[in-house]
Amino acid sequence: MSVARFWRKIPQRYNMLGTKCETCGRHFFPPRSFCPDCRRSGKITDYKFAGTGTVVTYTVIHTASEQFEHLTPYVLAIVQLNEGPRMTAQVVCRPDEIKIGMKVKRVFRRIAADGESGVIHYGTKFVPVE
Amino acid sequence: MRDVAVIGVGCTTFGEKWGSSFRDLFVEAGALALEDAQLSGEKIDAMYVGNMSAGRFIEQEHIGALIADYAGLATHHIPSTRVEAACASGGLAFRQAVIAVASGMEDIVVAAGVEKMTDVEPGASTDMLTGAADREWEGFVGATFPGLYAMIATDYMHRYALTREQLAEVAVKNHYNGARNPIAQFQQEITIDTVLKSTMVAEPLRLFDCSPITDGAAAVIVAPLERAREFTDTPIKVLASAQASDTITLHDRRDISTLDASVVAAQRAFAMAKVKHKDIDLVEVHDCFSIAEICAIEDLGFCKKGEAGKLTADGVTALNGDIPVNTSGGLKACGHPVGATGIKQVFEVVQQLRGEAGKRQISGAEIGMTHNVGGTGATVAVHIFRRV
Repeated sequence: MSVARFWRKIPQRYNMLGTKCETCGRHFFPPRSFCPDCRRSGKITDYKFAGTGTVVTYTVIHTASEQFEHLTPYVLAIVQLNEGPRMTAQVVCRPDEIKIGMKVKRVFRRIAADGESGVIHYGTKFVPVE
Repeated sequence: MRDVAVIGVGCTTFGEKWGSSFRDLFVEAGALALEDAQLSGEKIDAMYVGNMSAGRFIEQEHIGALIADYAGLATHHIPSTRVEAACASGGLAFRQAVIAVASGMEDIVVAAGVEKMTDVEPGASTDMLTGAADREWEGFVGATFPGLYAMIATDYMHRYALTREQLAEVAVKNHYNGARNPIAQFQQEITIDTVLKSTMVAEPLRLFDCSPITDGAAAVIVAPLERAREFTDTPIKVLASAQASDTITLHDRRDISTLDASVVAAQRAFAMAKVKHKDIDLVEVHDCFSIAEICAIEDLGFCKKGEAGKLTADGVTALNGDIPVNTSGGLKACGHPVGATGIKQVFEVVQQLRGEAGKRQISGAEIGMTHNVGGTGATVAVHIFRRV
């Protein structure tokens, strides 16, 4: 991923900055600039997500693409944020710990790197909440 | 709208075809289809070509013109268009061809699909296929394509009574069918044990739950039904052509274990074809993973949600069952050259409806159906066919 392509999404990837439709109250992460429900009558504003949520479903990846091979086996999940939207992210826990319904919170982590000397990609992972 | 019929079909063998280039593959499939329709190339009015990612697999774009050229039609200047919808590219190319003929704009149209996947390393192809999902918000965080379907499987198995063994039965059945298909990549039967002891890919999916990396091409020719008998004694009428879309990410779906685009495309197709589920003699579904076939059987309406695993284990979807599913061996055993798959499904159904499917023939098959999925369900194409 090019530097510019990664860099322009830093507010979303680092700080979970999404959007909210003031008209209907629906939250969006990743951000949308157009509400699918209210359409042109929607009013979109920035919204910073609290970063807490619940595991909806998960897998443990054993065969990964090149960038993630060194992490295998790693836990990948769909997390429903408390504000409503769902996102896909890694959960930092042992493969035998992950469960549907597990409460999780966001942490800032290294995600991947473009080779030995390329850009390091940081972003959001989740950890279990006791 | 005019009625449309398939008048010719052709398909290469599927597999790791080290000796064949991208060009070799589609020229072979196209020539077989033309020969089948006893048609010479200059009669072709237009071409639609399904291809997911030649730009990344072989660093070649502009596939429409390339194919027309190597099919020997450059000097005829026919319109040739590439269609891309990830794994549903072939199904959509077929639909474009049907629309072109139905509209009256064109008469003889080729719908082809081709993918050359083995010219890159396996790790690279895994990454490229992730482009069928959301690169920014799924692939970026470490999701693989099997990983996304694995999350469907986890959700499904949590909510419904699907056992790991029932899931394995999908692959066992598809390998049984593939062993009876001369173009299939894998022509060996397997057991439940083969699946359960294979390498873990993304829990709970193992290697034998996953369709392979495949090279291959397929081509079919469509024409107005009223002209079909000029070319063939066994025209196959296209009763319905339907397409639907959904969110690009799996996590944004209404229901993780239901491909709403499959549900909607099937409803549209059944309404258009004016046939019922019990009329369908066989269906080729998009089993990129074992769980995908389970979802497809349900989403297309052949049984209720949660019942497809038992149905499969009971043999209902087998060659001699009530609803034979993936008689070709499916993506699992026949292989999955991504852009070609949707056209190969049509190839299989046409062979079945003509009574030319050899050892896997469904006796007396009259009506068949195809179901082609892009990504994790963001695009679905469904077609229904009838022998006339």
